[in-house]
Amino acid sequence: METKNIMIVGVGGQGSLLASKILGHLFLSQGYDVKVSEVHGMSQRGGSVVTYVRYGDKVYSPVIDEGEADYIVSFEILEAARWLPYLKKEGQIVTNTQQIDPMPVITGAAKYPEDLADKIKNAGAKIDAIDCLAKAKEAGSAKAVNIVLLGRLSHYFDIPEEAWMASLEANVPAKFLEMNKKAFELGKNA
Amino acid sequence: MANSSKQLMLGNKAIARGLFEAGVCFISSYPGTPSTEVTEEAAKYDEIYCEWAPNEKVAMEAAFGACLAGKRSFCAQKHVGLNVAADPLYTMSYTGVNAGMVVLVADDPGMHSSQNEQDSRYHAIASKVPMLEPADSEEALEFTKEAFEISEKYDTPVLIKMCTRVAHSQSVVETGERNVPSKTYEKDIAKYVMMPGNAKKRHPFVEERTAKLREYAETAPINKVFMGGTKVGIITSSTSYQYVREVFGDSVSVLKLGMVNPLPEKLIKDFAAKVEELYVVEELDPIIENHVKALGLKVSGKDILPICDEFSQTKVADAFGKETPCGLKIDDEIPGRPPVMCAGCPHRGLFYVLKQNKCTVLGDIGCYTLGAVPPLSTIEMTLCMGASIGALHGFNKVLGGEAEKHTVAVIGDSTFMHSGMTGLANVAYNQTNSTVIILDNSITGMTGHQQNPTTGYNIKGDPAGKIDLEALVRAMGIEHVRVVDPYDLAQCDKVIKEELEVEAPSVIISRRPCALLKYVKHNAPLKVDKDKCVGCKSCMRIGCPAISIRDGKAVIDETLCVGCNVCTQLCKLGALCPGCEGGDK
Repeated sequence: METKNIMIVGVGGQGSLLASKILGHLFLSQGYDVKVSEVHGMSQRGGSVVTYVRYGDKVYSPVIDEGEADYIVSFEILEAARWLPYLKKEGQIVTNTQQIDPMPVITGAAKYPEDLADKIKNAGAKIDAIDCLAKAKEAGSAKAVNIVLLGRLSHYFDIPEEAWMASLEANVPAKFLEMNKKAFELGKNA
Repeated sequence: MANSSKQLMLGNKAIARGLFEAGVCFISSYPGTPSTEVTEEAAKYDEIYCEWAPNEKVAMEAAFGACLAGKRSFCAQKHVGLNVAADPLYTMSYTGVNAGMVVLVADDPGMHSSQNEQDSRYHAIASKVPMLEPADSEEALEFTKEAFEISEKYDTPVLIKMCTRVAHSQSVVETGERNVPSKTYEKDIAKYVMMPGNAKKRHPFVEERTAKLREYAETAPINKVFMGGTKVGIITSSTSYQYVREVFGDSVSVLKLGMVNPLPEKLIKDFAAKVEELYVVEELDPIIENHVKALGLKVSGKDILPICDEFSQTKVADAFGKETPCGLKIDDEIPGRPPVMCAGCPHRGLFYVLKQNKCTVLGDIGCYTLGAVPPLSTIEMTLCMGASIGALHGFNKVLGGEAEKHTVAVIGDSTFMHSGMTGLANVAYNQTNSTVIILDNSITGMTGHQQNPTTGYNIKGDPAGKIDLEALVRAMGIEHVRVVDPYDLAQCDKVIKEELEVEAPSVIISRRPCALLKYVKHNAPLKVDKDKCVGCKSCMRIGCPAISIRDGKAVIDETLCVGCNVCTQLCKLGALCPGCEGGDK
């Protein structure tokens, strides 16, 4: 199988590392070779962060380049727009609609673009935009945005739900498992 | 931990697993991205003693002592950390080892979290120490074990070079069992006391060793040849190898170097003879390329590939004139999202006060380097660990009294212990009326919360020795030592003004733990009283990511705000408060 590429993008501190861990575990359990590339250190402090997940028969590069992503999973809508050039022509974006102002917007040096979901669609991308923060709160924690997104992403994969649940169980603390399962379902059925 | 099934593992964690399996007993390191997780993961094995040392030089010397005593030892650092530890490294090359000793250095091409993009391979060449370079997690584990075998067989410390994309990528590994070889310590003055007479005898040994290691490199399985036709041959290593395979698959021949110092000259010549066109694909400097050229071979490398920044498959494909996909775009300008100090960061209030006082601020390495970005834009210099104090002394010495009244150094608690103390000793000894501010957030923040000698806890979180900063500074002869709470802007303002005026060196300790520490209790998020808020943006001057303006009024992001109340001290209208009547609507 040709290598498939998933980018997870967001704002440092939103929980993209956990999402990439769960995906890595999932694809390994399905018998694929997997590489996951993370960013640590200064970028994690509220900056734009990106994590790459690649799986297939044999994966070489740990990174994903422009025009290569089959999926972009975005925790924040501006980040979906920022990384749009990395999407394949026929690729799919799954994004949270939440808006988090970056510092240049806060200081007034730049403007946050409006109607981003529509603009991304008009650029030719397939986009699935949902209010993951609301779903996460409904599940019991604003921090579960990452799991809501994964639930939504699961739509696009022919992988049994039990395998997703097994990866969830292997990567989240037991006391938060039920809440996260609920977040996953809410995302899936959004 | 001992199960041997296939699993996904971070490159740094795979190194730690390799250390466990190689029977390492002692690890001493100083944290630095992208090397930190190696030591953190190794500390999870009860069989290995692990510690955070005050700096990389101390760590390497401690590891040397352990190997001298007969136990396999290790230290890890980022690329710039090896500059600090270069002194012991270059002479350990002469003494050699007793039990095996391995030194990891993690480069950061692309500078994801670093102040420069130096190429650590120069250290291997200059110190004449062999260097291995894994290309994924599986090799990280295997090369670590091999490094100890080389160390003991050839009587040398061995360097392992990582880069961000190998250190911080997860790939599949298969684990094995732990095996602990050990040696006894025997007195050997000629080998271990490097004074001129002894060192003179050891230098030829080093040269002979390099020749033997080159022989090893010619045939060792750590260097691999993959033949894929006779037209194009590419010499490469590390993550560059992955990009080459990603772009070309099996369609070109590849010489993958697992050992980048010393280089296998015969192997390179033989490989070159089998192909029509020879290329070197390596990140950063043309080190392999220059070596290949010195062998009299025609080769292409940095004429088609960049020296700056990290590579990717697209960069490699572009260099070879291959087509690369392009993506979609929207027309709007996308505002940047640079990293910022967190909501509730104790550094923020202090920087705001320094800005209000129009101070010239010489900075240092840590989260607080973000004091240089808008809207605070306060720090005017950042060089390396400890440089804030060293430079402040020189700055004040040449400019004199006027500079002393508005210039300060800011340095974190961990950075101060690393290499700020010696700078302060210079201030105390050679006397400038310098004002040094130690930003004591009770942790090493930037690298992800490591303990240090001022926190009172060790790497496992157990109680440990605790250095009292005030007592330490006083012992150096600094009489003006003040402690402030950076959440209290009025207090900070008063103390900074007083200490800048004083005709003596002074140290201000700005003390409050990092807001991200688990034990730090947060207040309820603040609310905005929409009736009082006039949208004057006074609260925005501190650059808190939790505050933004929507429809002409301040809005607080309740998921970020920790109720530090620094912004409330800027709002003259009392529109920001914990339980505002009328609240957020």
